[in-house]
Amino acid sequence: MANIVLEKLVKNFGKQTAVKDLSLEINDKEFIALLGPSGCGKTTTMNMISGLLKPDSGKIFFDGKLMNPVPPGKRGVGFMFQNYAVFTFLNVFDNISFGLRIRNVPKVQIDKAVNEVARLLQIRHLLNMSASSLSINDMQRVALARSMITKPQIFLLDEPLSNLDASLRAVMRAELKKIQQELGQTAIYVTHDQVEAMSLADRIAVMNFAVLQQYDTPHNVYNRPKNLFVANFIGSPTINFFEGVYRTGEFLLSDFSGGRISVSSKQKNEVEERLKQEKIVVGIRPEHLKVCDTEKQSRPKLKAKVVSYEPLGSRTVVYMHPDSNPSVIIKSAMGSGYKPKIGELKFIDFEEKALYLFDRETEDLAVRFS
Amino acid sequence: MASIRVEKVRKRFKNTEAVKGLDLEIKDGEFFCILGPPGAGKTTLLRLIVGLETPDEGNIYIGDESVVGIHPSKRGIAMIFQNLALYPDKTVFDNIAFPLRQQNVEEQEIERRVGDVAKELHIDWLLEKIPSQLSGGERQRVAIGRAIVRQPKAYLMDEPLSNLDALLRLEMRVSLKELQTSLKETFVYVTHDQVEALSMGDRIAVLNEGTLQQVGDPETIYQKPNNMFVATILGSPPMNFLMCDIEKKKDGVRIKHKAFSLETQQKHLLEALERSNGSGGVVLGLRPEEVTIHKEKKAGAPVPAEIYVTEPLGNETIVDVALGDNVIKVIAEPDFEGRSGEKIWIGIECSKLHFFDDETHECLYHASDRDEINIV
Repeated sequence: MANIVLEKLVKNFGKQTAVKDLSLEINDKEFIALLGPSGCGKTTTMNMISGLLKPDSGKIFFDGKLMNPVPPGKRGVGFMFQNYAVFTFLNVFDNISFGLRIRNVPKVQIDKAVNEVARLLQIRHLLNMSASSLSINDMQRVALARSMITKPQIFLLDEPLSNLDASLRAVMRAELKKIQQELGQTAIYVTHDQVEAMSLADRIAVMNFAVLQQYDTPHNVYNRPKNLFVANFIGSPTINFFEGVYRTGEFLLSDFSGGRISVSSKQKNEVEERLKQEKIVVGIRPEHLKVCDTEKQSRPKLKAKVVSYEPLGSRTVVYMHPDSNPSVIIKSAMGSGYKPKIGELKFIDFEEKALYLFDRETEDLAVRFS
Repeated sequence: MASIRVEKVRKRFKNTEAVKGLDLEIKDGEFFCILGPPGAGKTTLLRLIVGLETPDEGNIYIGDESVVGIHPSKRGIAMIFQNLALYPDKTVFDNIAFPLRQQNVEEQEIERRVGDVAKELHIDWLLEKIPSQLSGGERQRVAIGRAIVRQPKAYLMDEPLSNLDALLRLEMRVSLKELQTSLKETFVYVTHDQVEALSMGDRIAVLNEGTLQQVGDPETIYQKPNNMFVATILGSPPMNFLMCDIEKKKDGVRIKHKAFSLETQQKHLLEALERSNGSGGVVLGLRPEEVTIHKEKKAGAPVPAEIYVTEPLGNETIVDVALGDNVIKVIAEPDFEGRSGEKIWIGIECSKLHFFDDETHECLYHASDRDEINIV
């Protein structure tokens, strides 16, 4: 049982602010991800939770108890890192039981505990093997088992999958999620990979430049991103952005010749109410932007030239330039068989409800049409 | 402009054979990707082509000329590195002009050639800037400009994008492909990232443990993988595999998995299964996008299964489905909702199944629309 509260945490390294006024509540048994590009402060945040770093100011509570004065070893926190820290000179059993043996836990109890986590992680058949003979995948499971066996109430994972190849990573992602659900520990997962954060976490804390940008469910960070940064950071391929201005019921997009999208009367009031000034950025996710052949099929009547496409098997991503601006790239996710000609002039189509409208100055989401 | 031909090339380093008798033909003007995991031999292969390594056996041709024994600088090939290696204090012009000045080309000639290259790459308005004032894509163009100005016969690249963050990588992929399309030069591109290979390669060579697994265009490699290795390295998530038993029937076979069975009388499939080296089993391969999930049993969804976990990614949801003793990954709609442990029914697109030898892991058969395979 552990809920975690971070209250106005600040950490500076010299003149550099690593974490700025971070407040976060993590519920008991919740799986949250700290997501952001390198240098955003996510690892510093994790190190303050574990006690490896002391905040310059602010408070950390576990279950209402102030943790600031408590040393790392006494916080009941388990770790898992990207370099799996398995002792290669020990066998698997001794690796897993390590944390219990140094605590002088009786042998019978150790046996029982090792068998239990080994069963959960499906590595029982490996217990007598030397750790040095393990595959990377099994090595990672052993590392996980070793952290789990001390039953920490809080689990901190720092990019634990980043050394694995893509297909193993996909398998381990599902495994980690399943194990966390079964164990019911509070878990904090640090990553720069939005796919991992989206697929694993109950809630995602998106950070950038030491500041928390948004803390919400995967569904909401994707569909209701707080600002341009979050919208751009989440989703693959990334969201399309078009700069423009709003004038009396229309968006004028300068990247396209004659680029104007009229706003339905239903949405017009909300746009005018929520928009503080006329400069805007219109966002459209690639899966909501379709390529079509004729102007008739294109509701917004926007022209674009195909520059390349990626047949990714389950879908084809098409890249285009707007007809008036070759430095902007438009991304569209089409079906698996789609095969455009490079250099061809096409039209793009989307529904009004697919649009995200951002304020150009504050960069915050102003209106989400759906 | 040149084709590149690698003929029965072997290369050994002490105890490991990095390249084991490789044949490869890269066509003039194509974007050719060499894809494989770390240790596959792809970088060694590239170094052999450039001339940084000498093959123990075999021959390498650039155009019609054998280049074994020829010094790298005389092979007329440009290598573009991961860290684009631009001079930070030199202007774009001076960076591009650098190789020409090395060769003591006249300043007037340099100006003309740099100008031409810059125009071709759409960076002529950046000539007076220094690298730190450029975007990632522009810097890449400058690095390529510096290679182009020497007029090489081919461009070789070793994971040039791997140090970049995801957003920049995407931008660079598009710009590199666009560039090659307009230059129409031979590009050889080494990568371990299947997305890069699928997105840029006109053709892809898949390498593993020093041997060539398959060469083909992206669609073929994805839809008709030669073996389980190729099937795994492409696709995200990769292909699912289910170990099945084969039971011979009077006029066909029954392919049995713990959660379902398939029946077929399809002649070509039966013949293919006969060729199997294995112990009476077969590995069924199914792509995550060829499985559908339903909350109720119906004609198109006859197989009982259970949700293991769900992974909402925003544009789609990956559902990990417990099927017998296996867990398979299935791509579902973005708004799919389900609890771990929830009972579901799945449908399998039988015309998109792949059958692999359970011992050699070679592909025995790719199903098609014409095949009659039924779930029973």
